[in-house]
Amino acid sequence: MGACSSSMEERGRTTLNDVAAAIEGRFGNDISRTPASHGCALTYSLTKPSSLPAVCRSLFWDCGCLLGGIIAEEQPGRWQMHYVFLLLLSGWIDVVLTLPIETTTVPSIVAEVHAADWHEREIEDLFGIRFENHPRLGDFVLHDQIWHEGIDPMRRNFSASPAQLGKQLDLEWQPLLVVGDPGSFAMPVGPVYTGGLGESLHFLLETVGEDVIRAIPRLFYNYRAVEKIAEGRTVPDALLLAERFAATSAFAHSLAFCQAVERIHSVEVSARAALLRVLFCELERLRQHVAAISAICDSTALAVPAAQTSIITEQLLRASGILAGHRYLFGLNVPGGLSRDFKTEECRKLLASADEAERELRVLEKRLRYSSSFLDRLEDVGVVKGANARDLNLVGPIGRASGQHCDLRKACPYSGYERLTFEVPCETEGDGYARLRILFAEAAQSVRLMHQAVDALEPGPVRIPCEGNHPGAALGWAEAPRGATLHWVSIDEKGLVERYHAITPSFNNWLGFFMAAENFAFQDFPIILATWGLSATECDR
Amino acid sequence: MGVSPGRPVNTDFSSPDEAQLAAAICPVNAILAQGKSALVDPGKCVHCLRCRWGIPTPMNWDAGYEWARPSAGNGEGATFPASFSKSLHIMVVDAGDCGACLHEVKQLNNPLYNMHRLGFFFTATPRAADLLLVVGPVSENMRGALQKSWEAMPSTRRVMAVGSCAISGGVFGRSFMCAGGVGSVLPVNFEVPGNPPPPLAILHGLLMATGRKPATKSEPVAEGRS
Repeated sequence: MGACSSSMEERGRTTLNDVAAAIEGRFGNDISRTPASHGCALTYSLTKPSSLPAVCRSLFWDCGCLLGGIIAEEQPGRWQMHYVFLLLLSGWIDVVLTLPIETTTVPSIVAEVHAADWHEREIEDLFGIRFENHPRLGDFVLHDQIWHEGIDPMRRNFSASPAQLGKQLDLEWQPLLVVGDPGSFAMPVGPVYTGGLGESLHFLLETVGEDVIRAIPRLFYNYRAVEKIAEGRTVPDALLLAERFAATSAFAHSLAFCQAVERIHSVEVSARAALLRVLFCELERLRQHVAAISAICDSTALAVPAAQTSIITEQLLRASGILAGHRYLFGLNVPGGLSRDFKTEECRKLLASADEAERELRVLEKRLRYSSSFLDRLEDVGVVKGANARDLNLVGPIGRASGQHCDLRKACPYSGYERLTFEVPCETEGDGYARLRILFAEAAQSVRLMHQAVDALEPGPVRIPCEGNHPGAALGWAEAPRGATLHWVSIDEKGLVERYHAITPSFNNWLGFFMAAENFAFQDFPIILATWGLSATECDR
Repeated sequence: MGVSPGRPVNTDFSSPDEAQLAAAICPVNAILAQGKSALVDPGKCVHCLRCRWGIPTPMNWDAGYEWARPSAGNGEGATFPASFSKSLHIMVVDAGDCGACLHEVKQLNNPLYNMHRLGFFFTATPRAADLLLVVGPVSENMRGALQKSWEAMPSTRRVMAVGSCAISGGVFGRSFMCAGGVGSVLPVNFEVPGNPPPPLAILHGLLMATGRKPATKSEPVAEGRS
């Protein structure tokens, strides 16, 4: 295992006080510190909007924070924008920008923090706020050949009910081409390809022949406006959406949502519920990582290991079905804990399945490590250098394969992870093989965590009442199988959801995908895609 | 075991109040209380398990997987002619799916289900496809691609909606971005309810579409109250 240039522990030496001193020393007149709220460790209110890019630059580059995301909220008479950063091992830092509702333009931070690119594009497309000097706004979530510019579905006055408003299929529409060399052409792939067994998304492969110069993904084919239709729903109804927008990481997303609601209600779940949540989180990670390994084997046409791993996946799905009553762990998380309790012997049966999966994975990993024809196709393929991974804020196994040593289970622990013993593997090569090794190493750590969670189970309640009217807003987060997920939930005085925003690992990482897909041979494309293992539907919401 | 998550089925309770409770806890109105009985619409059920664990007297649970059925509108006589029964080419379209149904469809290719042995094949092109298998509630951005896929198929084409979202819109329902099911875009011939339906239920649907399983509603396997 290659050592990471800077581990979480090393980078975590910067404390909140260091950051506060640096920010307040430099921007003292433009910002004011407010009591930490919404689950953040440090909250600033920005009084001078024009200094926003400099403040964000200082947090991201000088203080070494990661970008959590940007959350826009339309409140009566004003806009509130949260620029959320993560200081490793210390917590979230929220820079709040409040603007009058008439505001149409906000300074863009994308020139300083490249990772903010898609966050700003999404807000521009859905709220209609323009970001000054952003290089590329427009066609993003709402596809331009269907939707006119000027439709802002996330605005309060926009009704989510079925409407043909402004829709007009534009058959002449053409995507923007970047490569302009003579003889170059663009090959469109998708949204329906590989017989539909891949998720719906579209690539424009720009090529001058055999080699592809770049592959530009176009997403949001699966955009179901989950955040819009969640508005005005009760918390249990909105939870159904949080659980079902990306089923392969349903438990992690529903956990992040529930934790946000619990924070609003100031409810702490019982120790038993927290441990059971760890058990299911790690089961989901194990299953998802095995499925990702299976997809990598499949992309290199290595049929036997692909079949073996797909059997392990199915066996883990069945084990989930036996224990939890649902193969994808729906219906378990509720605000305040879990919807039902589990007997220890039931959990032990699950552990037996996990152990068997781990044994088989270990044998498989060894065999794959000695299959030179397989490794040839992964090594030096789809490389993302550490500096680029930092620049574009890559999260999850993909970030960790490129030296981005960050895992929310350690960097900002939740659900009792701070009391459990596990390692966060890290690699530096940033190629397909590094990502495969990370998946194997993390799957083994997940089994280790599942054992610890079951061993530590003590009798007790699994559900603490988490009802009643507590208006407020909060963040909830979890390390989903594909990386950090951050959910913002705001509840009004009637107990209905006012704003829900899910910042998912796939949304984060699709932004950086183009870096791995530059100047490659066409036949490597499925392999690059598989080693990234991104989900379109998790990004689209 | 674990092959199917099971699903709630019509239940006779001992009092109308219990039936009312079951109907009230369902977040998608899939349960209708009629006197002491609670009737389930499987096409709407999103498998939230609230009627199993969230009320004192749970609904009856069907542990089976023979869930596929002809669609109410275009299901009549839609079974493929006999020449398709040993070779059916299927094209899958993800029309806003959450990934669960798609993942279960993919499982059909693993050695445990091995749908090739039954003469079912996935194809990447609509020109060679007999059956269009659609997952997801049909998002607005996918509507055009879905229609084009269907139009490119030969005229013996049939459409199968897999999952509650593809049948009724599921938790996403109908909105400015969601068609609320495949039925509002294409003529649907077969339905496989479930959220998601397990691989065996989808396989049951394929067997039914090729006339190798009866196209009548099969009796649920009673597991009793658990």
